[in-house]
Amino acid sequence: MVVAALLTAIAVGCLIAAHLLLSARWPSRGPHVAVVAWQALGLAWGVSTIGALLAFGLAPYGLGVLHGLTALVRDAAANGLRLDVLSEGHFAATRVAALVAAVLLTLVLFWGLAVSFLQVVRTRRRHRALLELVAHEHPEVPGARVLDHPAAAAYCLPGVLNPQIVISAGALEVLDRRELAAVLAHEHAHLRQRHDLVLLPFSSLKRAFPRVRIMERCYNAVALLIEMCADDHARRHHSPRELATALVRFGAAGGAAVPAGAMAVVPNEQQPEVLARVSRLLNPVQLSRRATAAVLSGSVALMASTLTLWHLPM
Amino acid sequence: MKNRLGDLERAVMDVLWERTEPMTVREVGRALADRDLAHTTVMTVLDRLAKKGVVTRTREGRAWRYRPAASREAYVSELMHDALGQTGDRDAALAAFVRSMSGAEAELLRRLLAENHGESDRSRM
Repeated sequence: MVVAALLTAIAVGCLIAAHLLLSARWPSRGPHVAVVAWQALGLAWGVSTIGALLAFGLAPYGLGVLHGLTALVRDAAANGLRLDVLSEGHFAATRVAALVAAVLLTLVLFWGLAVSFLQVVRTRRRHRALLELVAHEHPEVPGARVLDHPAAAAYCLPGVLNPQIVISAGALEVLDRRELAAVLAHEHAHLRQRHDLVLLPFSSLKRAFPRVRIMERCYNAVALLIEMCADDHARRHHSPRELATALVRFGAAGGAAVPAGAMAVVPNEQQPEVLARVSRLLNPVQLSRRATAAVLSGSVALMASTLTLWHLPM
Repeated sequence: MKNRLGDLERAVMDVLWERTEPMTVREVGRALADRDLAHTTVMTVLDRLAKKGVVTRTREGRAWRYRPAASREAYVSELMHDALGQTGDRDAALAAFVRSMSGAEAELLRRLLAENHGESDRSRM
């Protein structure tokens, strides 16, 4: 029962930490570290919530989570799924409910991940096929494909075999050569560091819990941090000012020219995302080394203690 | 081989987009005469395009007639909508440099840049 209580504490703690992280200011100073923190929080939340439910449900075995599970499976294999031990004593029904909830939560999480993955693969396949037909090469941007559209857009299509960077004619129009190079470096960073894979679990969480607003806010926060990571990468070789100018030019040219329709889908709470990116490019402040170390070791400690609690035989 | 196929698909689509009326395999082949393609090659390409859903076909007598499922412009704007994150539920598939934003936001950005520009000029003097 101690384990159940501790795991519950961790699960609740993760939710509180997520809330704090959403309104914290430091992530924009150290986007890479912040992404690690988000990953640790997400993973620890899932593992501790499932663990807490299991620990409560399996308490009669007195073996903890992992060994309790083994015992349950062994019981079920020997006597069929009669859950003999569990139906004795107090809270029998609640314990069974907790076990069912743990199984359901696990299924929902994995299901969400699988569905997101398939959806992404399908979207990309269609996108790639259409791109093949309508995009063309351009001497100014070797290696990238160009779409003949007046709105400014630049994006990447991740993939193992054939990752691609796409830029619109409208973007070529508004950017000068050095700004263009900075934008391409930003997109290359996305492709090289497989940022799409970083984002995938958060998008699947959002899909698994569509009504829960914090999931969507977490997703948006991580998406923004990933853009900042790519910005930081681009500014190693290009001036941050050029990147910032490119962002502004996109903002000025993008919205107006795209046929209106689904504009409202764009989330627009708090500070506008682009503004946050521009201002940190113009006034760069790095997270101190000590703070970075604190966040990283906190993340490791969180994961380690959650996993340890799963193994404790009590 | 794959590149050649992609190249052919694109050439065939260009032909279909150029004509307004649906075309037979033979007509498409004739329009691409300079490539000297075998009848079966053109048929394969059209078949692939039909499977991808970018070409539709209707029977006319003994021959199939092919036409693009949508205009080139429609596909371009579909791609742009994907890219700018305006088609909900497609996140994580693509990462746009900037998602679309409102006019007010863009205005704010322009002002910010102008201010910063002024400051750095002054600090240089």
